Amino acid sequence: MKKMKLFALAALLMFVMGVLAACGSEKEEGTEKSEESKNEASANEGSEKSEESEALSGPVAIDGSSTVLPIMEYLTYEYNQVQPDVKTTLNSSGSGGGFEKSTVGEIDFSNASRPIKDEEKATAEENGIEFVELELAYDGLSVVVSQENDFLENITLEELRKVFLADSGATKWSDVNPDWPEEPITIYSPGHDSGTFDYFNEVILEEKPMREGEGVTLSEDDNTLVTGIKSDPYAIGYFGYAYYAANQDSLKVLGIDNGDGNPVKPNGDTIQDGSYSPLSRPLFTYVNVSYMKDKPQVYDFAKYTLENAGAAAEEVGYVALPEEKYQEQLDEIKEKAGK
Amino acid sequence: MNHQNVQPSKNQIKTRVIQNVIFRSLFFVAITIALVFLALLIYRILNQGIGYVTIDFLKNFPAPYIDKAGIFAGIMGSLSMMAITAPVAVVVGVSTALYLEEYAAQNKFTRFIQVNVQNLAGVPSIVFGLLGLTFFVYLFNFGYTLIAGALTMSLLVLPVIVVAAQEAIRSVPKELREASIGMGATKWQTIWRIVLPASVPGILTGSILALSRAIGETAPLIIVGAATAIYTIPDSFLSKYTVMPIQIYSWTSRPQAEWQNVAAAGIIVLLVILLVMNAIAVWIRNKFQNRY
Repeated sequence: MKKMKLFALAALLMFVMGVLAACGSEKEEGTEKSEESKNEASANEGSEKSEESEALSGPVAIDGSSTVLPIMEYLTYEYNQVQPDVKTTLNSSGSGGGFEKSTVGEIDFSNASRPIKDEEKATAEENGIEFVELELAYDGLSVVVSQENDFLENITLEELRKVFLADSGATKWSDVNPDWPEEPITIYSPGHDSGTFDYFNEVILEEKPMREGEGVTLSEDDNTLVTGIKSDPYAIGYFGYAYYAANQDSLKVLGIDNGDGNPVKPNGDTIQDGSYSPLSRPLFTYVNVSYMKDKPQVYDFAKYTLENAGAAAEEVGYVALPEEKYQEQLDEIKEKAGK
Repeated sequence: MNHQNVQPSKNQIKTRVIQNVIFRSLFFVAITIALVFLALLIYRILNQGIGYVTIDFLKNFPAPYIDKAGIFAGIMGSLSMMAITAPVAVVVGVSTALYLEEYAAQNKFTRFIQVNVQNLAGVPSIVFGLLGLTFFVYLFNFGYTLIAGALTMSLLVLPVIVVAAQEAIRSVPKELREASIGMGATKWQTIWRIVLPASVPGILTGSILALSRAIGETAPLIIVGAATAIYTIPDSFLSKYTVMPIQIYSWTSRPQAEWQNVAAAGIIVLLVILLVMNAIAVWIRNKFQNRY
């Protein structure tokens, strides 16, 4: 009897899945094809770049920020086409988690969406570890509201502080600026463990406590923030530029006025030339100098990273550095690695 | 019993019938809610992801391009991990249960251990991740490898298996044991030939639940160093690895909406593997159920 029931249940489940599978598959095919050809082209481009290098092998261990992960995934994927015997492993335990491992010498590369902290540096020195800091790309922290918001286009740093700081006491938009509606402010912010929050906390909040409790949503998942802000005309939040770029039709990015009365919105140009200030930030990876000397594959991957970081950044929605910056850093690792 | 009241009045019968109808519909609503949400979930996932489940998706490594991204490393990683976790957790778990039920003296100390095993089943998985990091990664010096991850998962699911196995062993009728002992069998012979086969269905039910939990875990594995992007599959206990849930998690957190579909495709593959695993376990269970 029991057996029959189980069988019936399994059969039912299979049937439902089958029916749904049939409905689902048809409409997706068209879009898939066109993407395929597009991506094929860009993939070939990447792998043709450094063919002349000799075949290397051995492991390369990379860990750190999840913000930097898409860039690194692009780089390890393409590098694997060039050097299939080098075994790269890419983890994402956060900027802090990466430094925990790199400062004791467990990994070769430590990705970070903020510069290394002094105490992390101290730990590294205790263990006799030296890093080279490599800048891979720029990200513009974007302050966004919903498309449905009709009273905000730009915001000054002063207003931004009033909105986010706990001690300003502002809970309604009209508390910040009398021209704005008398509606409660809802805040969407990355969680306190993220490098994105660290950066915002440092340059905007100046390490003073952010508002908490009612009307404030913290999430480690930026897509949760996007969804929350989209549908609420009185919501405000911030996250990496890539998340704004992918949701432009439902979000509105605010121009930031840093006091000179000239608000700047983030885009490829303003982020790269630094005029989107103070919220454009570099993304880093820190490479262990002695591993770079001892393991040829680590040096080679560092080199590959700098040669292709620009393309990687563009592909995944960040902004490339000016070409000469990559060249400077290439010279620097060459010297440090003694090549 | 009072004979005068045996025949209930018409009114009483009516109330009882109404009560029956009320509870029946309550329970029906409960199961409908569960099924509706399950159906919605499955529909949404299938609708989003089925177009992305292709042969390429099954055999490709992670990639930065949506049409090239695949879950092969995740599938092989998860299966290799289960190949270690399942035997370790089931053998250790059932042995623990057998000791506690059959051999241990029923005193305060045993009860203390039992309560603690039950409490362990409710400990957040991240705590097991930290335990795994301290013991397997550092103390045993396995590093961030498959064996460290698999043993951490074994610890995570162990309490569930122990509790389920204890229940199963306890429910074997006393008469069977007594008959066996009465025929001159030793305790071990009784356990091996009578108690274990009779409790296999219960043990398997617990193990299915436990291993299903293990195959869906992310947090503790990130702590013990499962990779997010890796282009090799595990070939030894000391290989680097990744697992399906980590791949899926990494896809869901991408800014571009198409990655959500890739994540959905990953969830479909995970569900299918889970269903296959459970089907095998159910099949084994039914074989044993027929014998007893």
